[in-house]
Amino acid sequence: MSADLYKEAILDHFRHPRNYGDLPDANAQAREANVLCGDVIEMQLRLNGDRIDDLRFRGQGCAVSMASTSMLTELAKGKEVSEIKRLGKKDMIRLLRSDPGPARTECVLLGLKVLKMAVYAHLGVKMPEEPDAA
Amino acid sequence: MEHHSNIVPWQMLAKEKGIKLDFIRIDDNGLLDSESFQELIKKRPKVLSLAHVSNALGTINPVKQMAQEAHTIGATVVVDGAQSVPHMPVDIADLKCDFMAVSGHKMLAPTGIGMLYGRGDLLEHMEPFMGGGEMIREVHLQDASWNDPPWRFEAGTPNVEGAIGLGAAVEYLSSLGMQNVRRHEKDITEYALKKMQNVKDLVVYGPRDVEKRGAAIAFNLGDIHAHDLATILDTQGIAIRSGHHCAQPLMERLNVPATSRASFYIYNTKREVDILVRALESARRMFRV
Repeated sequence: MSADLYKEAILDHFRHPRNYGDLPDANAQAREANVLCGDVIEMQLRLNGDRIDDLRFRGQGCAVSMASTSMLTELAKGKEVSEIKRLGKKDMIRLLRSDPGPARTECVLLGLKVLKMAVYAHLGVKMPEEPDAA
Repeated sequence: MEHHSNIVPWQMLAKEKGIKLDFIRIDDNGLLDSESFQELIKKRPKVLSLAHVSNALGTINPVKQMAQEAHTIGATVVVDGAQSVPHMPVDIADLKCDFMAVSGHKMLAPTGIGMLYGRGDLLEHMEPFMGGGEMIREVHLQDASWNDPPWRFEAGTPNVEGAIGLGAAVEYLSSLGMQNVRRHEKDITEYALKKMQNVKDLVVYGPRDVEKRGAAIAFNLGDIHAHDLATILDTQGIAIRSGHHCAQPLMERLNVPATSRASFYIYNTKREVDILVRALESARRMFRV
């Protein structure tokens, strides 16, 4: 665990989350809670074919889960579904520019899980068991 | 204010036997509400089960008086001593509870061992909950008779190494003197509560009066999530617990998702309280609470 986890960027995304709120014309959505700590994130997507045109999230939780989700929404906007499917833990840590360590892995991955849940639900395909293995 | 371990087993029993569960309310200082207790006593419960000391609020419950009242209506009194026995002198005969459970790993002993006290005449009339070696007197092909308590309830090979470890822990704590352990914790808790009062935006849960509380202090700092606070303190070498402390119904009552908890024991010093308080101040600045 690194002492500089709570860098400016993470605190900035926590205090001012990007793409926060509702997306009225969403055509895909998902919601998930981390049973260990009670963090909850919900996400709404507008998909245009295989492309994420726009997305919004709402949530309650720690700075790590909120900031990583906020950063993820910036990354995901305009991306193809196939690219989202390939995202994993390494990509999230690259986004955060910090590895918060094993105790906080769930916080880092919650937003990504919700995004993938929304994507797979939209495709009508069952989400693979361990999408985080990548 | 109970730990899940004093809620979930009763819920399981409720499903199995159809017993009804009622809970004593707590007040805003984290003390059991005596009116609520009186209301429930009127319903003549068969069992009163409560923590001697709350792991999440630090509250010391007036177990002796409550046991006395519960006994007048014939209830069996079960006490969770996991947070009291390691921290203060506890005289089971004086408390007059019927059962008391204690965890070894909360009192310097290994995990996987603990103590369960049961009143002799009650144990005498209880059936074993598990079958195996040592709990029998005689076994025939179609039936068996039971050994005396406590062996009746100790089927199978005992956790020998755990018991030796627990014995060593008991000897060590006894050599320090439980009065001294309690005095040290009271002293450091009083100091910590005073120092923490000066941290802006810090909310401390549980009673303020050190006579009514142990050395586990739960708190939240502004809108910093307990897990973030624990991570920040961890990077400064300070180990606290964050989360629901196996007391989700209490978190609901306090209306918070989680709390942080600093707990002090025989090895902690006032200097460490100062370090904690400084770290809380720096977390506050970092998060711009």
